[in-house]
Amino acid sequence: MPVLLATDVLVWLLVAAAAGYALYCRRHAHLAAPWARVFRSPPAIASAVVLAFYVGVGLLDSLHYRPQLPQKADGGQKAYSVEVLSVLDWSLAHLRGRNEKTYSAPLAIRSFAREQVELPGGKIAREFPRLQFGGAHLAKEEHWASDVGWRVFKGLGFAAAILLAAAIGMRILRVRWPEVPWHAAVWALGGVLVLLMPALVLSGGYHVLGTDKVGNDVFYQALKSIRTSLVIGTVTTLVLLPLGIALGIMAGYFRGWVDDLIQYVYTTLNSIPGVLLIAASVLMMQVVIDRHPEWFATAAHRADAKLLVLCAILGLTSWTGLARLLRGETLKLSELEYIQAAHALGVRGGRVISRHILPNVAHIVIIAMVMDFSGLVLAEAVLSYVGVGVDPSTSSFGTMINSARMEMSREPVVWWALATAFCFMFVLVLAANLFADAVRDGFDPRVRVGALAKAAA
Amino acid sequence: MFAYIVRRVLYAVPILVGVNLLTFLLFFVVNTPEDMARMQLGAKRVTPEAIEKWKAERGYDKPLLWNAQAGGAGKATQTVFFQKSVRLFAFDFGASEDKRDIASEIGERMWPSLALAVPVFLVGLAVCVSFALLMAFFRATYLDLWGVVLCVAMMSISTLFYIIGGQYLLSKLLHLVPISGYQGGADALRFLFLPVFIGVVAGIGASSRWYRTLFLEEMGRDYVRTARAKGLAERAVLFGHVLQNALIPILTGVVAVIPLLFMGSLLTESFFGIPGLGSYTIDAIQAQDFAVVRAMVFIGSVFYIVGLILTDISYTLVDPRIRLQ
Amino acid sequence: MRVILIPVLFLCGCAEVWNDPYPASDRGQRVLYSVFSERPKHLDPAQSYTTDESQFTMQVYEPVLQYHYLKRPYQLIPNTAAALPEPRIEQRGGETVSVYEIRIRPGIRFQPHPAFVPANLALDRRRVDALESPYQLPLGTRELTADDYIYQIKRLAHPQLHVPIFGLMSEYIVGLKAYAAALKAAARPGEWLDLRQHPLPGVERVDAHTYRVILKGRYPQFQYWLAMHFFAPIPWEAERFFHQPGMAEKNFTLDWWPVGTGPFMLTENNPNSRMTLVRNPNYRGEPYPSEGEEGDAAAGLLADAGKPMPFIDRAVYTREKEAIPLWNKFLQGYYDSSGISSDNFDQAVRISLEGEPGLSPEMEANGIRMETSVEPTVFYLGANWLDPVVGGAMGGADAERARKLRQALAIAIDWEEYLQVFANGRGVPSHGPIAPGLFGYREGEHGINPLTHEWKEGKAVRRPLEAAKKLLAEAGYPDGRDERTGQPLVLYLDTTTRGPGDKALMDWWRKQFARLSIQFEPRQTDWNRFQEKLRKGNTQLFMVGWRADYPDPENFLFLLNGAQSRAKTQGENASNYSNPEYDALFAQVRHMANTPQRQQLIDRMVEIFRRDAPWIGGFHRKTFGLYHGWLGNVKPNEMSDNKLKYLKVDPERRAAMRLAWNRPVLWPVLLGMLLAAAAVVPAWLAYRRRERMAARPVPAAGA
Repeated sequence: MPVLLATDVLVWLLVAAAAGYALYCRRHAHLAAPWARVFRSPPAIASAVVLAFYVGVGLLDSLHYRPQLPQKADGGQKAYSVEVLSVLDWSLAHLRGRNEKTYSAPLAIRSFAREQVELPGGKIAREFPRLQFGGAHLAKEEHWASDVGWRVFKGLGFAAAILLAAAIGMRILRVRWPEVPWHAAVWALGGVLVLLMPALVLSGGYHVLGTDKVGNDVFYQALKSIRTSLVIGTVTTLVLLPLGIALGIMAGYFRGWVDDLIQYVYTTLNSIPGVLLIAASVLMMQVVIDRHPEWFATAAHRADAKLLVLCAILGLTSWTGLARLLRGETLKLSELEYIQAAHALGVRGGRVISRHILPNVAHIVIIAMVMDFSGLVLAEAVLSYVGVGVDPSTSSFGTMINSARMEMSREPVVWWALATAFCFMFVLVLAANLFADAVRDGFDPRVRVGALAKAAA
Repeated sequence: MFAYIVRRVLYAVPILVGVNLLTFLLFFVVNTPEDMARMQLGAKRVTPEAIEKWKAERGYDKPLLWNAQAGGAGKATQTVFFQKSVRLFAFDFGASEDKRDIASEIGERMWPSLALAVPVFLVGLAVCVSFALLMAFFRATYLDLWGVVLCVAMMSISTLFYIIGGQYLLSKLLHLVPISGYQGGADALRFLFLPVFIGVVAGIGASSRWYRTLFLEEMGRDYVRTARAKGLAERAVLFGHVLQNALIPILTGVVAVIPLLFMGSLLTESFFGIPGLGSYTIDAIQAQDFAVVRAMVFIGSVFYIVGLILTDISYTLVDPRIRLQ
Repeated sequence: MRVILIPVLFLCGCAEVWNDPYPASDRGQRVLYSVFSERPKHLDPAQSYTTDESQFTMQVYEPVLQYHYLKRPYQLIPNTAAALPEPRIEQRGGETVSVYEIRIRPGIRFQPHPAFVPANLALDRRRVDALESPYQLPLGTRELTADDYIYQIKRLAHPQLHVPIFGLMSEYIVGLKAYAAALKAAARPGEWLDLRQHPLPGVERVDAHTYRVILKGRYPQFQYWLAMHFFAPIPWEAERFFHQPGMAEKNFTLDWWPVGTGPFMLTENNPNSRMTLVRNPNYRGEPYPSEGEEGDAAAGLLADAGKPMPFIDRAVYTREKEAIPLWNKFLQGYYDSSGISSDNFDQAVRISLEGEPGLSPEMEANGIRMETSVEPTVFYLGANWLDPVVGGAMGGADAERARKLRQALAIAIDWEEYLQVFANGRGVPSHGPIAPGLFGYREGEHGINPLTHEWKEGKAVRRPLEAAKKLLAEAGYPDGRDERTGQPLVLYLDTTTRGPGDKALMDWWRKQFARLSIQFEPRQTDWNRFQEKLRKGNTQLFMVGWRADYPDPENFLFLLNGAQSRAKTQGENASNYSNPEYDALFAQVRHMANTPQRQQLIDRMVEIFRRDAPWIGGFHRKTFGLYHGWLGNVKPNEMSDNKLKYLKVDPERRAAMRLAWNRPVLWPVLLGMLLAAAAVVPAWLAYRRRERMAARPVPAAGA
């Protein structure tokens, strides 16, 4: 039974909007030009390829369904589980189901903790037991090195094959768009594939990045966390943009008491320490959600509602930076002669805004959107860490870090969960930062947006 | 100028009223006074009478925002909101819900917060400006390129990793500094070294890159070209002209932050067990101590507004062409 | 900065530790280092009620009785009293009352405190404002009298104090309820209420060292209360002293600055970072116990028998909110004792072949010792008696169905696994409401719950899942489907949100219910909402715990008493269980002495409980404590809180170990500096080149 979570709807709407915008840009040369500039920069292309992988995983994780319970013999009604799964869960079913007892190191075949085992002769010993799933297919432990080697080799083979196909494809693309640095894309793709393909092949028989305290596969958790980060980074802007654009332009355009009022609202919001405001709002909404369990069919719906609410709150508390930028820009624009002329001709305010002002500030909006993304991803980690972030049942980098930090005090240290969260997050934020830089340079290198990154730090 | 400041201060009043109302609403949608009482009184053997007594003692037995029973002005004044807000504006914070005096608590906790925040701020500023200056100096060489790459990489790392990693490496593995804690006086140095170090490192990425842009912008100006044309050495141009002029936007930018240093850092303080105002705030949220939360939000807003005013004044100081009116 | 650091690094040498979180002047002294995680809310013995607080208050305040430090089962012995009081049953005014006559030892003196200097009771406001600590004033003392105990009993009814046990005590102490009303009428806002002016009928002063407490009816458990801080002495001068204007603004209140006769006094009080207890110079020097349990002598616990306590001069409690620094500082030797979190469990503990926990070799090599004990607690999965699916209040066939369902769940939910996964086995699955070690608890084969376990080869083994499935089918849910509607059975667990560990916990619960093909839905809320649901009876299944106030089965059995129903009377019976037979037995058992007959009745109650299964299993928690080798006279005692006076430390040994464990490692720092220096070379080269060619085009600002 397919399930449509609220964030799924928004995510797919965003995808549709992005596609629509891309089509629109293609038709209008003046809109396409800055994007063409963006894609002339090698870091932008490379980071776009990396981001595409993240987005792909996130989208697969945004198609949800409830699996059917095993039919009873007498063929009674169809019944569905209360557990909500996604297409990603389905395609990684081998990772989701194979839980070990507790910690195991990456690619390990034996547990990280000693346990009592009964030896064949009836004697009991304490040793590191074989894992239930990791390397279970190996007949002898000595085969481990050759098996891992073979799998890595196979993975690299796949990677090479795909890369070859991609390189050929890009030759064709180069004819169409010669100015784009396709070699950067191939390099980035190569980098991703060389890491990803062996990992996927290995994940068939091992826990590539180890398991956590209760034996969940860390690799799987990291993949599941991607969606949360992406949702936070993008859906938040959906809330932030309308508010920031409408209020910012209104303040700059109408001036007078409208301006005063809007300025009052955002000064007030800004003057409350950011984390406090977010924490208080999140706690408040959680209480509302908790008080109405009947609104949600399953725990997944509730967790999703909490995620959505977190996005909404981050949006509501961070539109002020954009609004201030747009207000200033609108003030400047409305002094210009052609807008003064439009006024003189009696064109109504709404029309002036939509025809003359909005198109002229659109670049600021786009830059703000891409630059806020990385700040939001980092903010989510901090908020989840503090305990006012996503629902504990939702995988996210923040919750991963939070549960992994205790492991640093273990002896020997359990480093893989923290390291995984670090790497996945670092690559995502780095790619987003590089891409955002390129977008800013392509559109307008003089715009400075960075309100959120500061709030998170 | 004086009239301007007076006007700005008066303008602050409605903002503070708004802040106060917002905090109040946010807090009391989550917590009823009864919740607060139960939280404070614990879970064992709590009677309804004890809860009523707790509420009456702290003035939470009135309606929250609107008192329909009272007559005349009492409808608005005989409420929890009014009674609790009026004293706040006189900077009388009263006592926390567990009956400790908030003002004296803030006075005590302010020093550890400042001892952490001021060095982070000053050292951070010095390090970032020097780093940015170096990058600007070596612009368009591979040193500059790698500097920028380093900055972007550093700003892509979550603060959490800096803290966890730093604590693990310096305290646990190398035994160089205490893991956490705080002592006043000269001993504070040992405790503050690591958090200050981490605070500075975590800030390098974003700030240096930003300052570098400012320096480069300044270098593109005509007067710099003139200076070079005069045959001045690159070093002299950079330190003699560019640094001076680029410092203006940097300094006016950071002035707004200075008052907020008092508020302390939420994350660092709670990780390192520093008894400052940041951890005070976190504790208060967790203990649902409304009196403290409200006082801290109020002080935070006051400092923010002071920061705005300071920024405006600093503009006139560095650029006499700007007049405040 | 680099230039300054290098000489500093070499000057310090390596003969000292760098990461010592304490001042250098502390080294080599008889100081005990400990932690507190929660900031204490009350240190007033009438208001405080948590163990976080009593670890301070009980070192300062001395109730008349205390628990023997070494003997088990827990045994009350006199503390400041001359002997254990025996209640006299009398008839007064046509009612049965118990009279406790308590005689305290003469010659006990209070700690030095400014309140005992009469001049300090009328201080100038400016003098108060200039104070940083009350101990800056001239100090005095006086002898402890019966009046001080009486004063505190009167304080239980004080209108300005929140006394958690007032409700309970007002049912027993004669006239306490009316007394509270009278005090409320007499209290004037802002004025000190002198309780000496208001007599309480329930307490009588016999002479300077003797007083009587008069209770309605019989209440043998009262003697346990006499060992708690609620019945500690409070000198009226202390209340008077702290009531002076200006004191409260400086946080100088009796609630923060205890004044007692105990072995220690609280001289530094900074609940945000540090609390310091210093030896009370006026302490009477109670001798260390000379008898103990079997094995105590061998363990060296009787080496100090008869020596005057306390053995340490100071105890420094540091606030430690995060578990990681706490554990690391313990390993570095900066805390003398520590609990074990489940993350550090494997590092610290090795389970022996017999399944007994022991210390890991690495820890043993460092001279660390471990002590374990079962806490007087019970944590249980309660079923709300008022719920239509799992409850029992509806009666009839539905109630029978629900009972079968509960029984099926009680078999299927594997508490042994729960304890393994989430607590490293630090707990004992419960077979009844009473915690081990208490009267009424049965060990071994006769102690198991025959519904859920069977006795095999000297061990309690959980019954197979088939038994549960059979019961489930009998309850009308074959294969987890409701016979009548065909719909899957969905059960809800109400819990509080605790953090990232919740995911694993909920997955575990889901797995338990899935074994019976029951669909599981967690309903997680914050603590307040959860409590509200319990109060309103809006739960289905829920998990709560209880820690006993005193070692008597009554303190557990009352959790199931129908009159204590949470939803109906705001009592402590969270599952709202009610069974007339059980309640009748409870009324009989509660005031009995520990006789075989009492055991018999308790057995019957436990039997009823097991059949009805209002709690679907649970566990009693175990504490594992780690102690460094330099800490002596350690024996876990779950009942007494005044343990500090028994402990001793060996500062020389501690200093040597700390030095051995904390040598600073410098080579990575030097390496880092070398690398940094190496980076200067290309920079210098580039600089030279740059200097030679001026006027170079400026690149775009971005990049």
